[in-house]
Amino acid sequence: MAGKIRIRAQLDGDMTEVKALMRHPMETGQRKDQAGDAIPAHFIEEVTVKHNDNVVMHAYWGAAVSANPFLGVRFEGGAAGDVVTVEWRDNKGETGEGDTKIR
Amino acid sequence: MTDFVSNAGIARRSFLRLGAVAAVAAALPMKLWAAVARPQAAFTATGLDATFAELGATPTLSDAIEFTTPDIAENGAVVPVKVRVPADKLPGVTKLYVMVEKNPNPLAAMFNIPAGTEAFVETRVKVAQTCDLYAVAEVDGKLYMAKKETKVTLGGCGG
Repeated sequence: MAGKIRIRAQLDGDMTEVKALMRHPMETGQRKDQAGDAIPAHFIEEVTVKHNDNVVMHAYWGAAVSANPFLGVRFEGGAAGDVVTVEWRDNKGETGEGDTKIR
Repeated sequence: MTDFVSNAGIARRSFLRLGAVAAVAAALPMKLWAAVARPQAAFTATGLDATFAELGATPTLSDAIEFTTPDIAENGAVVPVKVRVPADKLPGVTKLYVMVEKNPNPLAAMFNIPAGTEAFVETRVKVAQTCDLYAVAEVDGKLYMAKKETKVTLGGCGG
């Protein structure tokens, strides 16, 4: 499952504001299904935001980040048309990636 | 959606490349972010004091940290949090942490802030029950925190 990511990157003065919405169940591993069996943990562990291949934010997450995670970050040095990329990797080794251009 | 379709070729290629990188990363016990390893013990610690202990110290309360959380969350599964540390009040923040006191594992997220990136993050977390939420900032190896209580009407464990 390669997750899609919706990203917006918008100039705000000197800063670029990035908002990303990832699609992921973010299962904690502590819930049970209707049969009473534990639902295995499945969550994003690592997220990287890049501006033209430079890392502008790197995060480690636990299962307590909400399902379909939202991430907002702000960095300086962006210009209209530059590429912003968001990548994630979850505890099962699955990955997701998305990119957009700064507006 | 249309964007995704038109970029499908590119997306697929970069996905394959990412897959290769992930395979290498899995084979070697090496982090993509070489400087900072995942603080696994802090993520699995139960209880706030144990989590602080894993990070090395109990943070000092600081009013330089702007921590925005709802006073009341109707749905504990989706609680928006915003952390901002203005550089003129507390410069040089390299890491931000978000913790939820009464979750099974209090540490929800850790953010590495490189130079040029504002000490600012916005995300959404699960909050199991009414308790304090913590924003922790690391500057030069020292920890600072802000805390705020969020009342939860419906728990975040979705049971």
